[in-house]
Amino acid sequence: MTAMQHVKLGAYYVVHLIEPDDFDFWRERARALVRCDVPPDRIAWVEPGGSGDLFAHGERRMPIPDDDAPPVRASKRFVKLAKNAILHSDPERFALLYRLLWRLQANPRAMEDKADPDVRRIEELDKNVRRDSHKMHAFVRFRLVENEEDDEEHYVAWFEPEHHILRANAGFFVRRLANMKWSILTPQGSLHWDGEALAEGPPAQRGDAPSGDPTEDLWRKYYASIFNPARLKVGAMLKEMPRKYWKNMPEAALIPELVAGAQNRESQMVAAGALEFEQRPDTLAAIDTAIHACRKCPIGALENEAVMGEGSRDASLMIVGEQPGDQEDRAGRPFVGPAGQLLDVHLEQAGIDRRRAYVTNTVKHFKYVQRGKRRLHQNPGAKEIDTCRWWIEAERAIVKPKLVLAMGASAARGMLGKTVSISRARGEPILLEDGSELWITAHPSYLLRLEGTAREEQARLFDADLVAVAERLAELEA
Amino acid sequence: MAQKSLIDRLAILADAAKYDASCASSGTAKKNSLGGKGIGSTEGMGICHAYAPDGRCISLLKVLLTNHCIFDCHYCINRKSSNVERARFTPQEIADLTLSFYRRNYIEGLFLSSGIVKSSNHTMEQLVECARILRQEYDFRGYIHLKTIPEADPELVHQAGLHADRVSINVELPTDSGLTRLAPDKDARQIEGAMGGMKMAIRQAKDETKRFRHAPRFAPAGQSTQMIVGADAASDADIVGKASRLYDTFRLRRVYYSAFSPIPDASAVLPLKRPPLIREHRLYQSDWLMRFYGYAPGEVMQATEADGNLPLDIDPKLAWALKFRERFPVDVNRATREELLRVPGLGVKAVGQIIASRRHRTLRLDDVARLTVSITKVRPFICALDWRPVMLTDRADLRALLAPKREQLELFAA
Repeated sequence: MTAMQHVKLGAYYVVHLIEPDDFDFWRERARALVRCDVPPDRIAWVEPGGSGDLFAHGERRMPIPDDDAPPVRASKRFVKLAKNAILHSDPERFALLYRLLWRLQANPRAMEDKADPDVRRIEELDKNVRRDSHKMHAFVRFRLVENEEDDEEHYVAWFEPEHHILRANAGFFVRRLANMKWSILTPQGSLHWDGEALAEGPPAQRGDAPSGDPTEDLWRKYYASIFNPARLKVGAMLKEMPRKYWKNMPEAALIPELVAGAQNRESQMVAAGALEFEQRPDTLAAIDTAIHACRKCPIGALENEAVMGEGSRDASLMIVGEQPGDQEDRAGRPFVGPAGQLLDVHLEQAGIDRRRAYVTNTVKHFKYVQRGKRRLHQNPGAKEIDTCRWWIEAERAIVKPKLVLAMGASAARGMLGKTVSISRARGEPILLEDGSELWITAHPSYLLRLEGTAREEQARLFDADLVAVAERLAELEA
Repeated sequence: MAQKSLIDRLAILADAAKYDASCASSGTAKKNSLGGKGIGSTEGMGICHAYAPDGRCISLLKVLLTNHCIFDCHYCINRKSSNVERARFTPQEIADLTLSFYRRNYIEGLFLSSGIVKSSNHTMEQLVECARILRQEYDFRGYIHLKTIPEADPELVHQAGLHADRVSINVELPTDSGLTRLAPDKDARQIEGAMGGMKMAIRQAKDETKRFRHAPRFAPAGQSTQMIVGADAASDADIVGKASRLYDTFRLRRVYYSAFSPIPDASAVLPLKRPPLIREHRLYQSDWLMRFYGYAPGEVMQATEADGNLPLDIDPKLAWALKFRERFPVDVNRATREELLRVPGLGVKAVGQIIASRRHRTLRLDDVARLTVSITKVRPFICALDWRPVMLTDRADLRALLAPKREQLELFAA
């Protein structure tokens, strides 16, 4: 420690700091200088490693304050900021802090003036240091070193902070990884924790740290998978994770290929789903054209023609079946085969005029398997029905029926998006979100497959459903 | 079938989890591993350990326990009828993976969610088991966020709160009709019932910790939820209304918005065009206005346009100010904090600094410029000692003058 002497009038003082981040040392010197009334422009603060030659004529001995010199005052806010700002790499920081401390003696509230350039500067330094510390907490990456002698795991990280923050952040890692052996190596110094005590070491080089860790493969895989290529925002990433940190982060090597691949992957994703669905057609004729070109599910790729619904554009009743059958596919019209003929009989019995209804199918193409010359009907899968909802909803949006009669489980799924049990769902209306009512009943082809009393029983239930629909329709139309 | 390797399953189950927006690790009780057997700490501030090229923070290991699911929600890539590749982890595997990432400082902790496998209760048990292993067997003191399943037994949901820092239940869609249509297996009343139960449990635990020092902690970081934007017809006004009701009713910490993004193997009921990402951004801004700027939900709705949506080209605060020009300009040397907070371009921090500084000097425009990011944006709405925006506030083309240039927008929209 430098010897002290009484203050010399007009003398120029040079203070050599021993550590770049030692707040207590600076505070002790600064206090003495303020008490001796040495103005800021008479002091040069020299960092370790910094050149003091410019001030060769300066006074290196510290002045001794008079006993009756007033005590030095500083606001809490100043002390808080100064402790952090002193870690900054700006060589001017010591002088700035002293200037502020000096001004605080005359104006104890000087720190409150946020528009003052010195106040702004110390806040900026504090902010930069806080950010650097925060990024250190975030971006330090440890690698495992297995020690063959004692079989203990040791984790080592290499990090290059911008400011003198290593020592100040030791506590964070100690509290976090208390029961782990670790070291953080930096160009300014190193820290070693053995699970009980912290030790400081000399500056290190990148080569002192391990060059890899098998777990990094998992981490890179995670990084690539959690990234959503549908939302590329490179600017937002760069703002928070500037390139200067990338070289010490194993995952950062993936960034260029992820960005390059993203637009590709997204357009593939949309193309795979999109086809001609970009805009939902708003006329029945346009739907008719579009469904003929639809290859969104495998049914569309079979040898068949799409079958469009038919009936009045203003119908209050929409009757929805499952899908066209062999005869419908050949005729290009819905419900003309055996099931359609049976339906006509029952509709007439219930007093429903098919010509006043809009009749259509949930799935627009005929799904079949070829057996010799015959095409055998196949039920559409849930996914195929869901895919085809696009069209039936377009039809509903145009026709705007007051009541929808869905026949069979496929039609019910096409309306509701989930599979329901016909026996439980029939007989009661379900309110759809556009305000119309959905009634569910069996498909007439189900009756065709039954015989004897079973068929009679189901026909009776079917008729009852149709009668209920006819009555409800009359109410709705009234 | 042979079990897929750990890394392949990680790829599948992280990929499946990426549609969850939340990755926050902040706002929980302080804890550290000194004096414990394991590792981990939470010190209040969340830490983002990496950023993905989608601009989102990676703070937690965010994975699903499994992407098998018995539900069939149309917007979800993991729905039953989707052709996506399936995989599952055991609770032990996830606990080990979490620790090996945490030791290398990749993450703050775990965000665990799951598809519904077998039953809601079975799934919830597995989620809780994973958190239990981490907390009890490894004495892990980092952050845990558990997604809870509204259909599960309340006792299991309670267990989740005892281990986790944060719990969340997704409301999924802003309107009940949207939920019925797109998530036919879910029930809005059940979801809100579970959120209500969670609120009570959190409040009760907080009460007990006040009275008894060693009362067990229960979800100290509270509960949050997520809504998907752009998958149904809900307007921004609907969404803001729903969010504010959720904040009030369930004391949520956060409502997350997730712009519906085209997912591979999407169901045809969904729009294929994604909503512009900027819409999600505008919703978050409006969320901010309600949480930190003293705007009532009704006032945010006033900023919407005729179709009920917030303008995309300008932020909601500016939109509001342009609609209520008679409230401006405000005098930076006299106005109250509340008035200053309404000025477009002035943030909470800048307002605090203006109020502190004006005790020492009468502010000029230059002084304000030093405290803000862009004085151009602020200028038309304030008076200072040497500044009066007489002409500007009345200009009809003010919006065009202040709207960010097109190219800048593209950065968000890309």
